[in-house]
Amino acid sequence: MLKIENLHATVGDTEILTGLSLEINAGEVHAIMGPNGAGKSTLAYVLGGRDGYEVTQGSATFNGQDILDMDPHERAALGLFLGFQYPVEIPGVSNLQFLRESLNSQRKSRGEEPLSGGAFIKLAKEKAALLKMDMEMLKRAVNVGFSGGEKKRNEMVQMGILDPQLAILDETDSGLDIDALRTVGSGINAIMRDEKKAVLLITHYQRLLEEVKPDFVHVLARGRIVKTGGPELAVQLEEQGYEAIAA
Amino acid sequence: MTNDVKAKERAAEEQAERTEMNAEAQAAADKASAYEHGWSSDIEQEFAEKGLNEDTVRFISAKKEEPEWMLEWRLKAFRIWQDMESPDWAKLDIPMIDYQDAYYYAEPKKKPELDSLDDVDPEILRVYEKLGIPIAEQEVLAGVKGARKVAVDAVFDSVSVATTFREELEAAGVIFRSISEAIKEYPNLVRKYLGKVVPVKDNYFAALNCAVFSDGTFVYIPEGVRCPMELSTYFRINAENTGQFERTLIVAEKSSYVSYLEGCTAPMRDENQLHAAVVELIAMEDAEIKYSTVQNWYPGDENGKGGIYNFVTKRGLCAGARSKISWTQVETGSAITWKYPSCVLNGENSVGEFYSVALTNNYQQADTGTKMIHNGKGSRSTIISKGISAGKSDNTYRGLVRVGPNAENVRNFTQCDSLLLGDTCGAHTVPYIEVKNPTAQIEHEATTSKISDDQMFYAQQRGLDEEEAVSLIVNGFAKEVLKELPMEFAVEAQKLLAISLEGSVG
Repeated sequence: MLKIENLHATVGDTEILTGLSLEINAGEVHAIMGPNGAGKSTLAYVLGGRDGYEVTQGSATFNGQDILDMDPHERAALGLFLGFQYPVEIPGVSNLQFLRESLNSQRKSRGEEPLSGGAFIKLAKEKAALLKMDMEMLKRAVNVGFSGGEKKRNEMVQMGILDPQLAILDETDSGLDIDALRTVGSGINAIMRDEKKAVLLITHYQRLLEEVKPDFVHVLARGRIVKTGGPELAVQLEEQGYEAIAA
Repeated sequence: MTNDVKAKERAAEEQAERTEMNAEAQAAADKASAYEHGWSSDIEQEFAEKGLNEDTVRFISAKKEEPEWMLEWRLKAFRIWQDMESPDWAKLDIPMIDYQDAYYYAEPKKKPELDSLDDVDPEILRVYEKLGIPIAEQEVLAGVKGARKVAVDAVFDSVSVATTFREELEAAGVIFRSISEAIKEYPNLVRKYLGKVVPVKDNYFAALNCAVFSDGTFVYIPEGVRCPMELSTYFRINAENTGQFERTLIVAEKSSYVSYLEGCTAPMRDENQLHAAVVELIAMEDAEIKYSTVQNWYPGDENGKGGIYNFVTKRGLCAGARSKISWTQVETGSAITWKYPSCVLNGENSVGEFYSVALTNNYQQADTGTKMIHNGKGSRSTIISKGISAGKSDNTYRGLVRVGPNAENVRNFTQCDSLLLGDTCGAHTVPYIEVKNPTAQIEHEATTSKISDDQMFYAQQRGLDEEEAVSLIVNGFAKEVLKELPMEFAVEAQKLLAISLEGSVG
């Protein structure tokens, strides 16, 4: 599904990704762990197509299509979803309006009919319930006045509604208490555990990986993947620290 | 040398040219009347000579068969105007306007006659489409031959529907007329209130309007009547082209209510560069007037060439206790906007509101805001102003909150937010606060922000393209104001904001 080869990317004058390769197939859950500054968020932004993140070498394809020349919204329409580490506030725009416009924009790109208001509300209710989110929250402006945990949960509701093929979740677990972590974890499983879908979890901690069991764990250090293993690698990292593993 | 003498001299000098211009005007008139036939219009086509003097004023008044008092009123205004000077305190760069180089009555329409929408500039059609304007209405707006009657039928679902509306209004006792008709049909009412809120000598442009106003609207809501419909919603097409010096007078008697809509989201072609309207509102005890405007006059091209100058005086008088006047405006058009819809709050516990979105792009300039004059005890006002600047434009909020010495317990809340797109535009907030009574509570909040890269990327990652993302964020920014608009107007206004910002990102 996602194939990254020898990816180099710079932000300003600094090279952050220094030859990263990674392949994710449908049905798989991958986790990327690594110390601060290793390039985890940069990887997410580069795949999402954010301005200012320049790819200088290498390739990234999604279902065989080169995505690096595409605009962010085109990548989204292909089914690529980014869960933000710091979800952004959009004052005056309700979550429902935001998501309905986003979804229908994606559907339009894919040549599908827009979803009617009624069908959309039904979908939104269903996904909000999955994440134990009050519908009233969805009527409020996007992330405005939300606590850290609410913002993260909101990201997962968005993911549920947009129904992507590949979700790249950047530290979705940070800022969540134990109960919320469990809810978010089971939400991810319910939405994304599917033979046609895949997940890339970016995280510092092993805790989320107990909820969403990865098939592969990668260690990212100095802009590339230095080690790959199974779930046991996450446990080992937590016990021994990055220094020992990534050195 | 007085202005009068100057004007006469100039007139003499231009005599030779004038003969030529008259011929030109006549030719235009012939052309205009040629396609008048198709429109079953009964308006006589005649033209005042180019230029402005007492004779012009007399001519206008005579053509409109106005009573003597009206003529005297216009002449007095004209004399006052001659002794005034164009204001220059606003943060606007206004080119010299040659008032002698214009027609003041039945200016020849320069709209070319088009056979069908195929002949219309595709760019304009694209905008119509984006706004979701029905084909029939598009034809009228674009000036397609014979379109008016058809469109009126289509929009009103036959003329009889329009008649039904009129009958419904009349049954309720509401008077809704052109100001010219009202001057003849209801002279006492008009005379009683005209110029009472905006005095003739109020300002340069108001005085000019008083002298030469072309037409406009008169609304009278009798005591205890709630106007059964949003006025002008169904009269949008009829109301087009009321001219460059529009005059509106709305009187709401005790315990009455009216909501009035002015303007049009569709880009209107107009060859009159200067628009100087005057709007007066009067609300008696317990009466409420809600006045909504969407203004989309031609703003000039992306290099700042052409475009309308919109110098408007709008003021409401809350005369009675607990009366309320609410202004809502969405301003996206015009090259230069000079406009401060205001409330004079004389009534005890009266309420004034001002909700404004002003969007400027390219080389547009806007200096707009409000005045809340608190004279009544316990009067309250709310000001919500949202300025959006893009391109190389300049957008100024200018507002006055004044509390008189006898006005106890006045409250005002003002919020001015500016949103910048790009780094070549300007946003300015100029609040004036004059409080002469210590019991007043005045709050002023102001913010300036830019659309952040974070917001843009977030919205785009969810599937919106760049323009959709900007539109969403801008509409969110303006939401507090847009929600004050009547529903159908609000939807159009949202689209209008998006269209006005096209090409301003990236």
